[in-house]
Amino acid sequence: MTAPAPGSPMWAGLRTWWTMLSICLEERLVYRGDFALGTLMRFLPIVTQVFLWTAVFAASSRTDIAGYSRNDIVAYYLLTMLTRAFSSMPGLAGGIARSVRDGSVKKYLVQPVDYVSFLLAARIAHKLVYYVVAALPFAGVFWVCRGYFPPPPDAATIAACVVSLLLSFLLGFFMEATLGMLGFWFMEVSSIVFGYMLVQYLLSGHMFPIDMLAGIPSGLPGTSVADVVHWLPFEYTAYFPAAVWLGKIRGMELARALAIEAGWVLVMVVACRIAWRRGTRRYSAFGG
Amino acid sequence: MHNTDRPAVAASTDAVIRVAGLAKEYRVYDKPEGLLASVRGLFRRRSRVVEALRGVDLAVGQGEFVALLGPNGAGKTTLLKLLSGIITPTRGAATVLGHVPWERADAFRRRFALVMGQRNQLWWDLPAAESFRLHQEIYRIEPARFERTRDELVDMLGVRDLMLRPVRDLSLGERMKLELVAALLHEPEVLFLDEPTIGLDVVAQHTIHQFLRHVQKERRTTVVLTTHYMKDVAALCERVVVITRGSILYDGSLQRIVDRFTTHKIVTLDFDEAPDRDRVERFGFPCEVRGPRVVLRIDRGRIADALPTLLRSEGVRDVSVEDVPLEEIVAELFRSGGRAAGLQESAS
Repeated sequence: MTAPAPGSPMWAGLRTWWTMLSICLEERLVYRGDFALGTLMRFLPIVTQVFLWTAVFAASSRTDIAGYSRNDIVAYYLLTMLTRAFSSMPGLAGGIARSVRDGSVKKYLVQPVDYVSFLLAARIAHKLVYYVVAALPFAGVFWVCRGYFPPPPDAATIAACVVSLLLSFLLGFFMEATLGMLGFWFMEVSSIVFGYMLVQYLLSGHMFPIDMLAGIPSGLPGTSVADVVHWLPFEYTAYFPAAVWLGKIRGMELARALAIEAGWVLVMVVACRIAWRRGTRRYSAFGG
Repeated sequence: MHNTDRPAVAASTDAVIRVAGLAKEYRVYDKPEGLLASVRGLFRRRSRVVEALRGVDLAVGQGEFVALLGPNGAGKTTLLKLLSGIITPTRGAATVLGHVPWERADAFRRRFALVMGQRNQLWWDLPAAESFRLHQEIYRIEPARFERTRDELVDMLGVRDLMLRPVRDLSLGERMKLELVAALLHEPEVLFLDEPTIGLDVVAQHTIHQFLRHVQKERRTTVVLTTHYMKDVAALCERVVVITRGSILYDGSLQRIVDRFTTHKIVTLDFDEAPDRDRVERFGFPCEVRGPRVVLRIDRGRIADALPTLLRSEGVRDVSVEDVPLEEIVAELFRSGGRAAGLQESAS
């Protein structure tokens, strides 16, 4: 790919975007204190999970459940914490809906700037600041728990894992942004977001590894619930990158899953664009 | 349909803003009172159509400074929103700088600005200078030009130091000044202002008046503003468009409104000591006695006859003759819906 020439519209677009990013970074740094505390709090639920699964393994006298040993399970939960640090978008949908309700979205109708690009820049800035602040607590927890992890995978697997994480960021962003755009049709989206979070919690692998659904028939001949979930977008925001790191998904299966993830990103980008276009058209016609 | 003093502008070809038969209807849902009615409302909502704007015609030439006046809910802000492309009309057409505003082309959006009184285009937690930098990028302003314009604007408003402080630490007046700077950085050819001086103290209002007048003169910017403050209008606008109930009631100079709608003058007499009420009432005009000061409302036609008599009366130390305050005139205009004081006959 060649770099866009200085002076071209694309170059100007990139510069604008870079300025948005740097200003969002500055703004985010105002709130860095919040982040440090929030990060540590996020690890608390893990402790309960570890106790719960220790009890499950002790009671069942089995050494593995759906291919996960006790150590694997702990490692899995820690890794989903990392995935969720990429894919979760706190306040994104609610923020968009609020901007519609209180009218601050008008600014993006009047100024020559694209709202979705702007939100994306803001979210990347948000995440970058978060990673800087959260790196230390994350590293600390992973180091303390290093005994639970299998030996690190090969370079190709690590590369696949990084790609899946970056895609999970985009997927999470565009899913939530699209949800937020529903604010153009409904005054309040918090109950819709709540419903989404619930489905997300169950089907993303945040609650348990999706492999545990492999034994449950879906009702379709020859397919389990896990097979169906693999085709949905949710597991790519938590389960998938973690399972890749743990070596649960390899070869062709891995390539197919990455393609499905990329496909969903594309679908959600388009959905978000359509929702924005229709939404602003409706807003212009009815509200304003 | 409406009255205009300015057929010349409407007919001219260099109009920057042209509006023809522009109408906007909203569907609003009535929220019935009571729990039972609210539950019923979940299944069937009663709605009605509100006509915010009913077929408005308007032409504004380059460099004009126009005030939109009208009571709350008259359709002023709806018109501004249509002209800045935030909303689409139900009927009618409009162009601003040759563009249909609600198509929201970037080429159009780089050439105008909208400032809504309390809406923030500045980033709350950052110094305004950062928001300016963002505007430089989104409006594609050359660095040298950006710096020159910014410095000129902040110096004119005396906010050079303030632009380096987080916006949340500034007063309302300081914020408004910086909002104006942000809106003018890209040197818009058309500027829409929705109640720019609302909630500001007299000093800040005055500074903003001077600033707007200067900018408009220097750059030949076309400015349309809505306001409730007659001070804004008197200081800035030669042309006034009065909107009530979605229609244009009057379009012309401020002076014409004053001439046509003032039937009275206010005459103030200062006596050496508080006069008897009886004696004052004998003048035969509606009056108000405040200690040694007497305020009379006298028909404009009778002023010339009345003044000599008043001056000759005993104990009068000083006399002043003033127009009825602009607020009062405009309030009367809104109330009467234009029927008063011969607006109709002069329309043709």
